Amino acid sequence: MKKTYRFTCIVCPLGCALEVEVENGKIGEIKGYTCPRGKEWAIEEVTNPKRVVMSVIKVRNGALPTVSVKTAEPVPKEKIPELMEFLSKLEVEAPVEISQVIAEWEGVKIVATRGA
Amino acid sequence: MNDLPMLNYDVVVIGGGPAGMAAAVRAKELGLKVLLLDDNDYLGGILPQCIHPGFGLHYFKEELTGPEFAARFAKRLVELGVDYRTAARVLEIKNYSDLEKVVVFSSPSGAYQVWTKTIIYAAGARERHAFEIGIVGDRGAGIYTAGEAQTLMDIYGVMLGKEIVIVGSGDVGLIMARRFALEGAKVKAVIELMPYPGGLARNIMILRDFDIPLYLSHKVVEVRGKERVERVKIVKVDENLREIPGTEFWIEADTLIISAGLVPSVKLLTAIGVEIDPTTGGPVVNDLFETSVPGIFAAGNSVIINDLVDYVAEQGELAAEGAKLFIDNEGIPTRRWIKLEKGENVRLLVPHYLSGERDVWIYARVSKPMENVEVRFPEIGKKLRLPVVKPAEMLRMKLRKEEIAKARDGITMEVVPL
Repeated sequence: MKKTYRFTCIVCPLGCALEVEVENGKIGEIKGYTCPRGKEWAIEEVTNPKRVVMSVIKVRNGALPTVSVKTAEPVPKEKIPELMEFLSKLEVEAPVEISQVIAEWEGVKIVATRGA
Repeated sequence: MNDLPMLNYDVVVIGGGPAGMAAAVRAKELGLKVLLLDDNDYLGGILPQCIHPGFGLHYFKEELTGPEFAARFAKRLVELGVDYRTAARVLEIKNYSDLEKVVVFSSPSGAYQVWTKTIIYAAGARERHAFEIGIVGDRGAGIYTAGEAQTLMDIYGVMLGKEIVIVGSGDVGLIMARRFALEGAKVKAVIELMPYPGGLARNIMILRDFDIPLYLSHKVVEVRGKERVERVKIVKVDENLREIPGTEFWIEADTLIISAGLVPSVKLLTAIGVEIDPTTGGPVVNDLFETSVPGIFAAGNSVIINDLVDYVAEQGELAAEGAKLFIDNEGIPTRRWIKLEKGENVRLLVPHYLSGERDVWIYARVSKPMENVEVRFPEIGKKLRLPVVKPAEMLRMKLRKEEIAKARDGITMEVVPL
């Protein structure tokens, strides 16, 4: 089965309109990119899309009731709901330093992006 | 007022967001005595609630979240020993003479008056709200601006609703669409008045990531729900943004998020007669970000709504350099100012006046999207080709002082198809 994915490249501000054809799990023609980075990103986006995830988690006895966190590296898109579920159960005690590793999830570090 | 405790500074920076912090740091590095005032409980402006990545790619050459970007400047501020007060609300600015100004503020430790030679105004912007964009109906719970929603969710950890409609496809609206979706809410629609999306390309991706429908050329006209929002009425608009009769439909939702753009906060400036550009909503400024009142500088979103924090910080630093030059020379010693004018497909443009004594970054927005264009400055013969321009993406380009010097009167910027 042939499927065509259409999306905007986000590698740089040019925002090229990309088109990637996938047939039986194999990448076919890639159209619309203007640089090799865009082509590479287009392939990753249809084969294994990943995102850095950010959220806030509860903090006890801090100046604010939450501390913001991010994943230290992009995680597979389909696993994001599972990660969010994990984060929603976390709770830490102040003080928290910015850049502190708060937890680890499937080998991915969860890093504080605010102090608390 | 005269019996208030008196402080004395070279420069008072109003606002502790990225523009204000960058201005205070730079002013201190230049040897000025600086006081920074902010009415929030913490430094950083809106950055501490902008927990998503995408900040600082230009300035720090790495991708940071909002709180991380803010923390770097706050650290530098503390290391340099800049005086700052949080929870300090500026009540009034008085302009006695070029080098004698007074800033009156209240704070938990009392009210003060600060005598200062210069002021850098970096108070940011406010969000446009439901009434400003013509939404009528009930006033139940569940109507927030995107920034309010962000403060509540990402600072105070409060979840606001389950079924969300977002008005406006600008960056803040799209980013909050992602936040709601990540937290398990159903984002039922993003409604955009214009025929094209309002946000940066990387944020438009969010719609695809979460299968969120985007309605272009549509507007929310009515909201219903006595206790809490229950449904919103949407209507299609034509190319002149007029509602098309018979196209109305309702979407059920418990929460309506308004992301209808930002307006520079300039109340304290207009009170002392600073000239405002009606198109940007911010003050008219020269190439050092000095306003029409000598010695009062402005920077960041209180001048022009930026889409990158990096530009905001850059403007803060430039304003600080302006303050230093002003103090050293008892004014900005420029013989003539060249007016920068808007031409075809240029909606906003700063700075408004160029001295020709220094290279200058100009910041502009187009009125409508165009492909394969040339940006032209006909009076000085400068041309630049661009593959694409969009209203959502600010154009930033350098004019060198030798180029500016070629102009006799004004310089026009125009964006024309090739």
